[in-house]
Amino acid sequence: MLEFDDVHVGYGRSTVLHGVSASVPADGVAAVMGHNGAGKSTLLRAAIGLLRPARGVIRLAGEDITKLAPHERVARGMAYVPQGQQCFPHLTTAENLQLIADSRPGGRAAMGEALDLFPALRALLNRRAGLLSGGQRQQLAIARALITSPKLLLLDEPTEGIQPSVVAEIEHTILGLTQRGGLSVLLVEQHVGFALRAASHYYVLESGRVTSSGAGGDSAQQAVREALAV
Amino acid sequence: MTVIVSQLFTGVSIGAVLLLIALGLSLTFGQMGVINMAHGEFIMAGAYTVYVLQKVITGAGWSLLIALPIAFAVAGAMGVLLEFLLIRRLYARPLDTLLVTWGVSLILQQAARDIFGAPNVQTKAPDALTGNVRITDDLVLSNNRLFILGLAGLAVVALTLVLRFTSLGRRIRAVVQNRDLAAVSGIPTGRVDRLTFFIGSGLAGVAGVALTLLGPIGPTMGTNVIIDAFLVVVAGGIGHLKGSVIVAFALGTLQSLIEYSTTVSVAKVLVFVAIVAFLQWRPQGLFTLRTRSMA
Ligand SMILES: Nc1ncnc2c1ncn2[C@@H]1O[C@H](COP(=O)(O)OP(=O)(O)OP(=O)(O)O)[C@@H](O)[C@H]1O
Ligand SMILES: [Mg+2]
Repeated sequence: MLEFDDVHVGYGRSTVLHGVSASVPADGVAAVMGHNGAGKSTLLRAAIGLLRPARGVIRLAGEDITKLAPHERVARGMAYVPQGQQCFPHLTTAENLQLIADSRPGGRAAMGEALDLFPALRALLNRRAGLLSGGQRQQLAIARALITSPKLLLLDEPTEGIQPSVVAEIEHTILGLTQRGGLSVLLVEQHVGFALRAASHYYVLESGRVTSSGAGGDSAQQAVREALAV
Repeated sequence: MTVIVSQLFTGVSIGAVLLLIALGLSLTFGQMGVINMAHGEFIMAGAYTVYVLQKVITGAGWSLLIALPIAFAVAGAMGVLLEFLLIRRLYARPLDTLLVTWGVSLILQQAARDIFGAPNVQTKAPDALTGNVRITDDLVLSNNRLFILGLAGLAVVALTLVLRFTSLGRRIRAVVQNRDLAAVSGIPTGRVDRLTFFIGSGLAGVAGVALTLLGPIGPTMGTNVIIDAFLVVVAGGIGHLKGSVIVAFALGTLQSLIEYSTTVSVAKVLVFVAIVAFLQWRPQGLFTLRTRSMA
């Protein structure tokens, strides 16, 4: 579904990813793990088009999307939930969703479906998003991404810094999404257990390079923990 | 007492013009992060639109009414052109943007001199606006100032409705609050930028039409008012409508009240000092909107 081919990308003059090659299978889940600062978020920013690779190619369903603007990638079926529970703080919960549903055929229905996945948001529709809790904001962020009915979802540490009871809920929803079919996911995740349960394929990033990769599932735990320990 | 009241009324109408200018400035300021120095010349373009139309349409009333939408479109188109040709390429380079728009402002002033001549020109005020509304024998409100007040009120209401209740409004607010998040959410930020510039600059054109009712039209008329409007935007909180409204009227009345007891230039200085003091106390202005961006 998504392919990174020898991608070099960085900020200004400093290069962060030094030739990353990885792929997300159609209808599958690829997990990216790695220590703080390894370049996981940078990889997702390159995927959605916030950063342009200095070298290398990114393909979506075979099409070279390396030079497309973010909104053009969204139009081709990509959606992105950035790290850190991001939302438009001065828009209400409803407006945060409406914004994406606007001018999209079937937008209203998609908004309803997204709210069905996170029913807790229904009671918060008229509250400014900046006043929501971290967990609520993360649910809003995932709901917002789903309104575009994506074929490929990029999730950057969806449960980071969120209280445990809500974490279980979000993990449950993500697992449900990945099993629904028709959706590929690139998941950046620090919790090895959850990442491998969700993923059919994993990558470990270290200082901007892939140092380990393989099939997902619980049997990969040993290999991933060793790769992360170095 | 009535002197104070009529002075207050003058102040409120000054505030209304300031507000018309500041509304547009605030929109484009919120969008690009720095002040558009050529905004004043869009005001001038709106004013000259009335002048040109009066050569074609003889009735001063009709020409004024027709000038409102045309000035909006003319100034709006100039804004879009500026955004598309220059500002878009200087994104995230605020100092360059400031200098370039200042250069454009000088070029536009010179263009006005070449086309319309250096001396100021006058337009005819419609008969309906030359009269007064007599409240008491001492308290007389001039029709043209009432008209301007109505125009500013209309602009505030219309802009509020657009920003609050339309999909374009949601998009504009989203881009101002977090441009990167808007982009990765699928919003074509470039198109939103151009529409923002059209509306913001168009409002400057409308302000230019209003200014023809208060004084002569000249190549530097925009420069004369833009600093005050800039103060309104900064003190009101960038990108914040309510703040602009409050500060514009506060500034207008403050200025005309001080003017009453001293002179115009002393009033200007005192108002300026008041704003600097205010910004020391509240550097973010009355309200804030902007949040950090992502990448
Ligand atoms: N905007 C930026 N400008 C310059 N350098 C940056 C920027 N953002 C990230 N970096 C650097 O790029 C490297 C990779 O950062 P990145 O955010 O991709 O790490 P990460 O793997 O997502 O870490 P974390 O687990 O903490 O989220 C880090 O060294 C970081 O300092
Ligand atoms: Mg990260």
